Amino acid sequence: MISLKNLMNEIHQKAEKEAENNAEETSRRAFVKGSAAAVALAPGMMLFAYGSKEAAARPLAEAASDKTRWGLLIDAAKFNDEDVDRCVRACQKENGWQDNGRPKTDAQWIRRVNLHNKKTKESFSLPMMCQHCDEPPCVDVCPTGASMKRKDGIVLVDKHICIGCRYCMMACPYKARSFVHEHLEDQKDYAPRGIGTVESCTMCVHRVDDGRQPACVEAAPPGAMVFGDLNEPTSKLAQLVRTVATQQVRADLNLDPGVRYRNI
Amino acid sequence: MAETFRQLRNYDNKFNILLLLHVAMIAIGLGAACYMEHNGHIVTGMNNQVVWGLPHVFAVFLIVSASGALNLASASSVFSKLDYKRFARLSAILAIALLVGGLAVLLLDLGRPDRLIVAMTYYNFQSIFAWNIILYTGFITIVGVYLWTMMDKTVTKYNKYAGWAAFIWRIILTTGTGSIFGFLVAREAYDAAIMAPLFISSSFVYGMAFTIWVIITMCQATGQRLLTSAISEKLRVLMIIFLAAMLYFTAVHHLTNLYAAEHIGLERFILCSGSEFTWLFWGGHVLIGAVLPMLILSNAERGSSHFGLISSSVMMIIGGISHMYVIIVGGQSYPLSLFPGYEVSSSFQDGQFAHYMPSMPELLLGLAGISIAMFMTGFAMKLLPFLPTPVKEQ
Repeated sequence: MISLKNLMNEIHQKAEKEAENNAEETSRRAFVKGSAAAVALAPGMMLFAYGSKEAAARPLAEAASDKTRWGLLIDAAKFNDEDVDRCVRACQKENGWQDNGRPKTDAQWIRRVNLHNKKTKESFSLPMMCQHCDEPPCVDVCPTGASMKRKDGIVLVDKHICIGCRYCMMACPYKARSFVHEHLEDQKDYAPRGIGTVESCTMCVHRVDDGRQPACVEAAPPGAMVFGDLNEPTSKLAQLVRTVATQQVRADLNLDPGVRYRNI
Repeated sequence: MAETFRQLRNYDNKFNILLLLHVAMIAIGLGAACYMEHNGHIVTGMNNQVVWGLPHVFAVFLIVSASGALNLASASSVFSKLDYKRFARLSAILAIALLVGGLAVLLLDLGRPDRLIVAMTYYNFQSIFAWNIILYTGFITIVGVYLWTMMDKTVTKYNKYAGWAAFIWRIILTTGTGSIFGFLVAREAYDAAIMAPLFISSSFVYGMAFTIWVIITMCQATGQRLLTSAISEKLRVLMIIFLAAMLYFTAVHHLTNLYAAEHIGLERFILCSGSEFTWLFWGGHVLIGAVLPMLILSNAERGSSHFGLISSSVMMIIGGISHMYVIIVGGQSYPLSLFPGYEVSSSFQDGQFAHYMPSMPELLLGLAGISIAMFMTGFAMKLLPFLPTPVKEQ
């Protein structure tokens, strides 16, 4: 029996192929255009001109800009359980958090959520993490301002002024935040953590600022996670969001998450 | 007739023992807080699903009670019910002490209590939590000034203004505390503006319970009568009215939730799932905390006796803690609705009713909060003239 999801997948796949072809074509044209501009200036500039559409290194002296809105598109149809778990492991390795065998208190920056449609009886899974909302409730409620949103849309916790009140955890509709319940060892210098403070997915901000992709995106199956600048019309992400059906989790809350989903 | 006040003198030695017990409880509570601070919250029952546990239950309960403890002072200064003036000082010092007790528990349950200075110097004015920090410190200051206008004859002329300021501030404070649980769109249990009036009506009940508890303890300690039969009668009626108001707002809160289809699951979970929250709601909050005290108080003779007043007060306090437990822990235990229409599961307990078992250190810290409030009040009685002179009536 053909399930509703399979049928939708077929329709989506056609639309996606077209959108991806369009996106690639536009990106290629932009690349050629960008490289032409780069040749006129300096050889090193070429990469910057092209990279600005996906992820470009930001000079250390330069503040994050609201001209950029980093985002993710997650295609649930391209994930199986093992794929999601691979993304989780990549995040753990990159950011230095781990499964201590205490699921109630262990931090989980990204997790596999298993969904079962009660009507169609279909089951699938997808990765869930901080949705990097444009109107983040965690930022609204934080008494000290430790929960903050960078101008480029990445929602972070300033570990130096987090007092561990956990109000942000109460406010997050995505259950994306974890409280550090115990002492930590072997932290990554680019992803500082601290007992008694709250943490969540940083969208691998250290990698993004370095012009790289988040670790989960690299670990995901090809095309299953697309990272980029939602504000840049020529980026693959923006084109996909523009041309294929995407979904925000709990869109009814009007939080405008930077993380979108397909094929849910 | 001007009321006369006195320090607590010539009291039963049992009162000293009571104070010592409170000191011991405070020491144990501080020890529990150090233990949690040293090991992290891993030694508590709290987890990433139920992030606010028993310490928050006690803290919020004490803070709400603090606002209500000002009832008798407000009645005399704001509503000119001069019968209550003799308890105005006691009422005000108790209000400050309850707030200090609640704040101490709240602070010691932070993940980083050592960062108090950060909480006092970094403010996000969008946060109702940040506003509450200002409301709490403001309450202590304003009620302190109010007490000063009661006790220093040179500034008595400002008493009415200070009384009004304290009255308005306490209403705002309880509104703020209720609003912490009123506007969290993420959680079905905390998305109701009625939380503010519900907390205000509850504060009247819990504050009165603590006030009566302290007055009758003072009667026991001094062996003297502090309540005339007329005041006892008025207190009895007041408590019935406050209890009725609290039950009314509780009923409206749940009935309006039942009317909204998306909240029916939550209401079923709280009201009839058979979980600990169902028992605490019906048995603790409604039966012990409201119906039984109303039954006791409804009898004019029994209700206005010391026994009637103190037994009702103790029940109201037990009911209050149950009420806060249902709101705070019960609200978090109900799973978030991430994907409506789907059954959801994960290693992070998505889609499951969260389980929370309070640990001993949490309970000890919470009880220490009550002891801080009671010790502060008792010690203040010994230090300054807060206590009314005994009544002559037989």
